Parts: sequence; structure tokens; C-alpha cells
Amino acid sequence: MANPALRLPSPSPTLLSKWMPYIIPPVLCTGVVLIIWQALCLSPETKMPGPLKVIAQTMELILNPFAEGGIGVQLFTSLQRVALGYVLAAIVGVSIGMIIGVNTFLRRGFDPMIQVLRTIPPLAWLPIALAIFQDGQPASLFLIFITAIWPIVINTAVGVQQIPKDYDNVAKVLQLSGREYLFNILIPSTVPYIFTGLRIGIGLAWLAIVAAEMLASGAGGIGFYIWDAYNAGNDNGMSQIVLAVFCVGIIGLLLDRLVGYLGSLIVSES
Amino acid sequence: MPLPNTLPKPMQSLTTSSRYTEQSQNREPFLIVDRVSKTYATPKGPYTVLEGVDLTIFESEFVCLIGHSGCGKSTLLDMVSGFRKPSTGEVRLQGRQIARPGPDRMVVFQNYALLPWKTAFENVYLGVNAVYPEKSKKEKAEIVRSHLAMVGLEEAANKRPGQLSGGMKQRVSIARALSIRPQVLILDEPFGALDAITKEELQEELLKIWEEHKITVLMITHDIDEALFLADRIVMMTNGPAAKIGEVMNVPFSRPRERAQLLEDPHYYTLRNHALDYLFSGAVSSH
Repeated sequence: MANPALRLPSPSPTLLSKWMPYIIPPVLCTGVVLIIWQALCLSPETKMPGPLKVIAQTMELILNPFAEGGIGVQLFTSLQRVALGYVLAAIVGVSIGMIIGVNTFLRRGFDPMIQVLRTIPPLAWLPIALAIFQDGQPASLFLIFITAIWPIVINTAVGVQQIPKDYDNVAKVLQLSGREYLFNILIPSTVPYIFTGLRIGIGLAWLAIVAAEMLASGAGGIGFYIWDAYNAGNDNGMSQIVLAVFCVGIIGLLLDRLVGYLGSLIVSES
Repeated sequence: MPLPNTLPKPMQSLTTSSRYTEQSQNREPFLIVDRVSKTYATPKGPYTVLEGVDLTIFESEFVCLIGHSGCGKSTLLDMVSGFRKPSTGEVRLQGRQIARPGPDRMVVFQNYALLPWKTAFENVYLGVNAVYPEKSKKEKAEIVRSHLAMVGLEEAANKRPGQLSGGMKQRVSIARALSIRPQVLILDEPFGALDAITKEELQEELLKIWEEHKITVLMITHDIDEALFLADRIVMMTNGPAAKIGEVMNVPFSRPRERAQLLEDPHYYTLRNHALDYLFSGAVSSH
């Protein structure tokens, strides 16, 4: 038994055996779920396609994501929209967070409002956004903005309050100006908290985009694509929707990891 | 309460007289703590930390403050640095009342208080830049470099505090404090967290720097040997609450001081025992 192992002291078995415990469980569990899904969709009456049918019906779309109106194009449109709304939320959110973090009066004053507003789901904002802007494009931007901003505000404010007293004492004894304090102490020591907020924010922004595009339609994007496929009611409509939903999930995960990675880069710097 | 002159008068038996006696005769008071009391309001009523503290410090004097934990040493120091205000009385530096923290009374904090996202150079530069806004970048960088060199840290200038040992961090903190030429250098148990060898090294460096710059130093310590090695006078506080200055002990050893020489001096032990006696019994019975 031991002899073949001794004759083949290659490093790959050890590397493989090291990663196997991490690869086998997800592969196995995903496989089981796919089989159950397939089994549940065996009935000819169901409108929900099984995984094999989804792949068969959307092969064309998967292979040509950037054809006109393709899934890649739609995702790109949505990403642009999220980027714009999210960057606005980040800038405004960090600024507001810093102000209410520094000022006790404003913090106490605005806290109840923020606590209420942050629990409002994106869909509830939609009619308000449409009423204010009368147009799908700015309304969907507003929706992303208003959904993503709260965790950024709250985490930034907490970060400002958590600045170690020693750093503030250094600022006091050196009589740093407001500008010097902002750039040398306030921002650097708040960055880890800001990134926590930004990471929660990007997740929420991506959640909001699909809802926004479904209802504030006409401007394209992955949410619009899903809604459009549903309304068209073609034979392969459901397969398109499943594929699109899967893509939304993957992109959401990537966005979360991207912001997390950027945060770890900047935080490890300090 | 034994007064300093009830001691076996080590001064008279030494050939050199104490710096303090020279100063007290020849100089104007520099830093004055004038009938300072500090009372905090608590749910159980007012709590007096310090009561009627009087202390006069002369220019370029090295004064150490010792006393039990919670006796209000740090509170007293905070009123000199300006982080706290006296409830009654006042603290004056060169005749001007102290109202808030300022770079003329630079503090070396117990836990270094270096900004972890800045290198050693940048940490010192922050202070130099704030205090000398009119100087050119080159001049400011030169000040930073020379002070890092003074504490032996040229090599580590571009390292962040996370990459430095405790002793090196405290060196950066001392360089930062001295680089802005404070009138009073305030140290709150600066070497308390360091190992014995690093501690002795830093004491010697601090003493050397003090002798070169003739800066006025006010320092809290728990370590009687440290106080005897460094100070011109040791201020011993009574136990709180309502602590006050129990006794001021002159340390008459000639300068520059050598640790080995000091340890051979019999008066060293007289003073040391007196201070220990005071801390372990006198401070308690004085209340």
C-alpha cells in the first residue's frame, strides 16, 4: 500500500488533497440541488424549465453575450447605472457620515430619521422616485442612491466616533487646523469603517437596480431584460429569466468581493 | 509630614550643589501651578481629585512626579498640558495662564499615540508642519531628519509604527515632541510599557537630549530609580481623593549622571529609601 506513494513523491497529490475538502462539498451539494431541480421540473405541465433545458435554450445567449440586446450588454448597462448611483451615494454618504460623526447635536438630531429611512425597501421608494422625477432614468438612479446611502452614512459616523482619543489628543496639542485634522487623522482612521459601509452599500445598490429597471422600464438593463422576457412570454422566456437571474447573482457576488478587496488593500496600507 | 530638610541632608556632603538650589536662587519661576484643585461632579456628589496643589518649576529643570495610581498625577499633568481645566486656581507658563493644549507644552503619551498610517518620518513631520507653517518643505524635512537621528532612528524613518518595537515607537514620539521645540516637555509614564533594558537605554538618551537642549521637563513615573536618575526634584503626591503635594525631594547628584556611579553613592539609597517609605506609609498616614 505504502510503496506506490513512496515511489511517487510528487507535490500535486498533497496540494490536491489539501484543497479537496474545500472543493468536494460545494460541488456535491450543488449537484444534488441541480438534480432535485431537474426532478421537480420533469412534469410536462410545469412552466419552469429544469437546468438542462435552461442551458439548451440559452446556449445562443451564453455564447453571444454582447450581441445586440444580449445579456452582457444588459448587465453592462445596469453596471453603469449602479456605478453612477453608488458613487453619488458614497460621496454624499461619507460626507454626511463625517459631519454627524463629529457633531453630537446633528448626530442625535438625524439618528432617528436615518434609522427609519434605512429600513425602507427599494420598491417602496419607487413610486416616490417616479413621482419626483417623472422619468425612468433619474428615478432608477435615485433608487440606487437612496438604498445604498444609509449603511455608508451610519458606518462612517460610527468610524468617526471610534477615533482613538490619543489621535485627537495629538491633534489638539499640535493645534492642527480643520483641514490638517481631516486629511491626517479623521479620514485615515475612519477608512476601515467607511469600507464596511461601502461593501454593504454595493450589495444593496445591486439589489435595487433590478427592481428599479423592472418597473421604471424602457431604459434597458438586466432588470428590464428579465421583465421584458417575462412579458414577451416566448417558449424560451423562462430559461432567459433563469439565466439572467443567475448572472445577477454572480455580478452581485463579484461586486461585493471587489469592494471588499479594495478595502483590504487600503486598510492593510495603514 | 517630614519636610525635605529633615532628611540627613545629602546635599551638604556632596561637593557639587544641586542645580535646583542654583536655579531657585537665580531664576524667575517658569511654570507655576497655583492653588489648583480639581473636582468632578459624580452621581454620589462632588469628588475632589486634587486639592490646593502648589508647584513652581524653573526653566530647564527636570521634575518627576510620583505617587500611587489614582492619586491625580495624570490629572495634574493634564492641567499643565491643557487637556483639563482646574476647578479652582490656575496654571501659568511664563506668566500666561494655560487654557488649552498647545505645542509649547508638547506631550509624550504613555502609549506613544503615533498615527499608524504614517511612517516615523511622517509622524514627526505632522508636528513640524503644524508648528512651522512658514518654513519650506526642505527645512521642515531637515528638522524631522535631524530629530530622528537624535533618537537613533534614521534607518527606520520610512517604517510605520506597526513595524517598530515599543522602544522605537517611544523614540519616534520623543523625536516628534522635541522637533517642535516645546517650552515644556510633558511625559506621562513614557517608559512604563518597555522592558528593563530598553527602558534604561531610553532614560539615558532622554537625559542626554535634556542636557544638550536644556529643556524644561515634567514627567510622571512609577519608578523611583528612574526618577532619581533623571530628576532635579521629585514631587511626591499624597494618596487621593483630594490629593496634594506631600513632599518635594531634591536630587542633588551632579550632572552629567552615570548610572553606575549613582548606584555606588550611599546617598542614592538614603533618598531611595526615603521615597519608598513615603510612598508605602507616609502617603497613607498623611490623610
